[in-house]
Amino acid sequence: MSKDNSQQIQAHILDAYKIKKALKICGGNSKHFYGHEVDAGSLDVSEHKGIISYEPTELVVTVRAGTLLSELETTLHESNQILPFEPPHFTDKATIGGTIACNLSGPARAYNGAARDFVLGSRIINGKAEDLKFGGQVMKNVAGYDASRLMCGAMGTLGVILDVSLKVLPKPETEITLAHQCDINQAMYNMHQWVKQSLPVTASCYDGSQLFIRLSGSDSSVNSARKIIGGEVIENSPLLWQQIKEQTHNFFKTDKALWRLSLSSNNPPLDIPGDTLYEWGAALRWLKTDSSSAEIREKLETVGGHAVLFRNNTSDTPAFHPLSDGLLNIHKKLKNAFDPQNILNPGVMYKDI
Amino acid sequence: MTSPIDKSQLISKLESILPSTSILHQTEDLHPYECDGLSAYRNLPLAVVLPNEIEQVQSILKICNELDVPVVARGAGTGLSGGALPLSDGILLSLAKFKEIIDIDPVQRVARVQPGVRNLAISDAVARYDLYYAPDPSSQIACTIGGNVAENSGGVHCLKYGLTIHNIQQIKIITIEGELLTIGGSGLDSPGYDLLALMTGSEGMLGVIVEVTVKLLPKPESAQVILAAFDDLIKAGKAVGDIISAGIIPAGLEMMDKLAIQAAEDFVHAGYPTDAAAILLCELDGSQAEVKENIKRVQHILEVSGATEVRIAQDEAERETFWKGRKAAFPAVGRISPDYYCMDGTIPRKHLPQVLQTMAKLSAEYDLPVANVFHAGDGNLHPLILYDANIPGELERTEDFGGKILELCVEVGGSITGEHGVGLEKINQMCVQFDALELTQFHAIKKAFDEKGLLNPGKAVPTLHRCAEFGAMHVHHGELPHPELERF
Ligand SMILES: Cc1cc2nc3c(=O)[nH]c(=O)nc-3n(C[C@H](O)[C@H](O)[C@H](O)COP(=O)(O)OP(=O)(O)OC[C@H]3O[C@@H](n4cnc5c(N)ncnc54)[C@H](O)[C@@H]3O)c2cc1C
Ligand SMILES: Cc1cc2nc3c(=O)[nH]c(=O)nc-3n(C[C@H](O)[C@H](O)[C@H](O)COP(=O)(O)OP(=O)(O)OC[C@H]3O[C@@H](n4cnc5c(N)ncnc54)[C@H](O)[C@@H]3O)c2cc1C
Repeated sequence: MSKDNSQQIQAHILDAYKIKKALKICGGNSKHFYGHEVDAGSLDVSEHKGIISYEPTELVVTVRAGTLLSELETTLHESNQILPFEPPHFTDKATIGGTIACNLSGPARAYNGAARDFVLGSRIINGKAEDLKFGGQVMKNVAGYDASRLMCGAMGTLGVILDVSLKVLPKPETEITLAHQCDINQAMYNMHQWVKQSLPVTASCYDGSQLFIRLSGSDSSVNSARKIIGGEVIENSPLLWQQIKEQTHNFFKTDKALWRLSLSSNNPPLDIPGDTLYEWGAALRWLKTDSSSAEIREKLETVGGHAVLFRNNTSDTPAFHPLSDGLLNIHKKLKNAFDPQNILNPGVMYKDI
Repeated sequence: MTSPIDKSQLISKLESILPSTSILHQTEDLHPYECDGLSAYRNLPLAVVLPNEIEQVQSILKICNELDVPVVARGAGTGLSGGALPLSDGILLSLAKFKEIIDIDPVQRVARVQPGVRNLAISDAVARYDLYYAPDPSSQIACTIGGNVAENSGGVHCLKYGLTIHNIQQIKIITIEGELLTIGGSGLDSPGYDLLALMTGSEGMLGVIVEVTVKLLPKPESAQVILAAFDDLIKAGKAVGDIISAGIIPAGLEMMDKLAIQAAEDFVHAGYPTDAAAILLCELDGSQAEVKENIKRVQHILEVSGATEVRIAQDEAERETFWKGRKAAFPAVGRISPDYYCMDGTIPRKHLPQVLQTMAKLSAEYDLPVANVFHAGDGNLHPLILYDANIPGELERTEDFGGKILELCVEVGGSITGEHGVGLEKINQMCVQFDALELTQFHAIKKAFDEKGLLNPGKAVPTLHRCAEFGAMHVHHGELPHPELERF
């Protein structure tokens, strides 16, 4: 299904701009749990949908933001291609706009890159209801500031994404997952070592007792890597990574606060009480804990990382890691540059932006 | 407007924070800095400063901010778009003394380096861990990592390994107010907006980069290159698409046309077939088994696409020879023409035939030969226009011709610059690629970092006045934000 709803969206934003009325941008609303509740009238972008162009030989797809992630992925699969950043869906309503706005990436992120790495260009409407195009549909483009990547992870606070052009890649020929029973130290050593040996690792996870390593690529390279790495070949490789990506894995069944910790991969296990699941070669750690946000964030700061309270925020703890004064100042000025009336998703990430 | 700058006041302020050997202000000392790699434009700054400590950079910027003095940052000055061209009423801030590799972490595979470190020096320093820094501009022996970040530079391997933006993790910058900001983080992402993306390719307009943490890659187990000759440029272009649609992402996929082949062959004797209309160089890397398999597949594809000759490098020495010609293509063209002008447009690959044909027509019209060197895999064209600056009017004709090529790139959905940046050179073509609202948004971004417009003013993003004068202001959906500009 395809529909160009850009004029309605623009008109809606223009009205809001004129009377300075805040808008809550809704894609599939599947990530409603993420970030803070925006207290505002909603702007539905899910009707602006459809694949505008897709050229497998160019490795580029251009889609309207309201396109369902599932529909996009199905289309790519038909040409044996994928979104290399393996985005989570969380629900069947997830849209590509919401995915890019949150810069959400899955298990392959540490090896293939994040959503933002595959954004080639976008068309947005800023907070002044201006229809703007940045980047393009080519792999290389350094004309002007990289405003389209800036939209990734801005959670709609700088503009409503209308269309986005993404680089896609061929689907790997084969994928297998190997399991090793080991302790965390051994797991961390292995995760680093195997990547350094240039083996075709595309996902890694340590769940407290087992290390899982996914290999993908040509038959020959997966096979030769399998011999080097050893361990058990698990039965259903796609299912495991699906459960981790979509957080349906047992680890995520919890009422405790779920923290997403992002830090340098060579940090030894952090000394915070709770259970940890490691991903991305240990650069991403999911933590279930009762510890205070102050304790967690202080620890992360000492190692140059950051902590997001991803789920089960029962108090009013800020979801995202606080910014330094200098960075916050730049954020406010940038927000003002794109959305001077502060009407787009105000407060979804930080107070004042 | 601001009052003219008091040079002696500026120098004495600078002398209070820098040793006098780090400040150049006599005309003869300034000449080495009068241009970057785009030597058609030259200009002398008020002074050149060469700090070697971050605190000094902070103080310099504070002084400039206080006295309203424009600042142009400079790495190695190899830029090809006039980005580091000095301004007469400003200072040139050289980062050349920041040459230290601060830290290498072979486990996490990152290196923290100062901005003046040369691109190749990073790969050299980490080679002992079997690691390397992937983006490899042809200028890599000279250009600095700070300049690479400022330009979002690429190289022959960016089809598979990405541009600078994909290969850095954290930077430290100094704002025009002299404040030190850390952008990015020690992990794979950081909170808030993606300022790392915004800074990358910002051409010294938003802040001065004083430290870069780069990601390192393990050296592939094996790499091999295939050379294929074609009797027709269009067939070669089609072969590129055939390789990619077969699901193969080569480490590098480069194309050269007849004039470029002949020039390169005369210069470095790479053994290129000089009677070919085009050659493709296709490098495959990965595990030994994978490379062997893919070489066979690519060989087959090339034969089916009509290559007149397909050669596989038999050993490392031959692989280097194949690449030598490509890497020396620019200087090689420099030998057959008094001057050449290097363009940098990108296009969706499928439009290659059309763009090549139009370019050939323009070449005849302007009576200026063009040698073509492409990063074919990602649609990045480097047409080299051959001219002679000593013939009156020829540079102007060349610039006109170059402008037409860039406009053609935009017309087919591409960009005026893939990796060399806008600088001063392509400032008019920015008015073709972007409309008034978009340019206004760029100015607003700049203002968020640099309220007074002191960092590299006049580069990268044209004023709306300039576009109106150039006559290429695009009206978007029938609305112009500043209707009063129409009288220009
Ligand atoms: C931290 C976090 C936790 C989450 N937890 C859950 C969960 O527990 N259960 C669950 O089902 N889902 C969860 N989600 C999923 C999430 O709400 C969506 O599934 C996901 O972001 C994908 O798209 P969507 O279209 O549903 O986005 P939405 O949820 O509609 O939007 C996500 C964010 O992007 C913005 N946005 C959407 N479209 C655009 C656009 N076109 N332009 C600009 N901004 C836009 C929205 O305003 C919002 O801030 C979570 C997301 C996050 C980030
Ligand atoms: C023969 C030749 C081949 C080339 N091949 C390629 C190629 O294959 N790919 C490619 O991408 N480029 C190529 N280039 C262009 C050039 O080498 C790159 O743009 C390079 O990144 C410039 O680095 P530099 O240190 O010389 O920067 P400079 O030329 O000194 O500066 C470039 C721009 O960056 C800014 N800048 C420099 N340092 C800083 C800093 N620390 N902080 C903030 N701003 C800064 C300057 O103000 C200027 O705008 C080539 C150039 C030559 C001469």
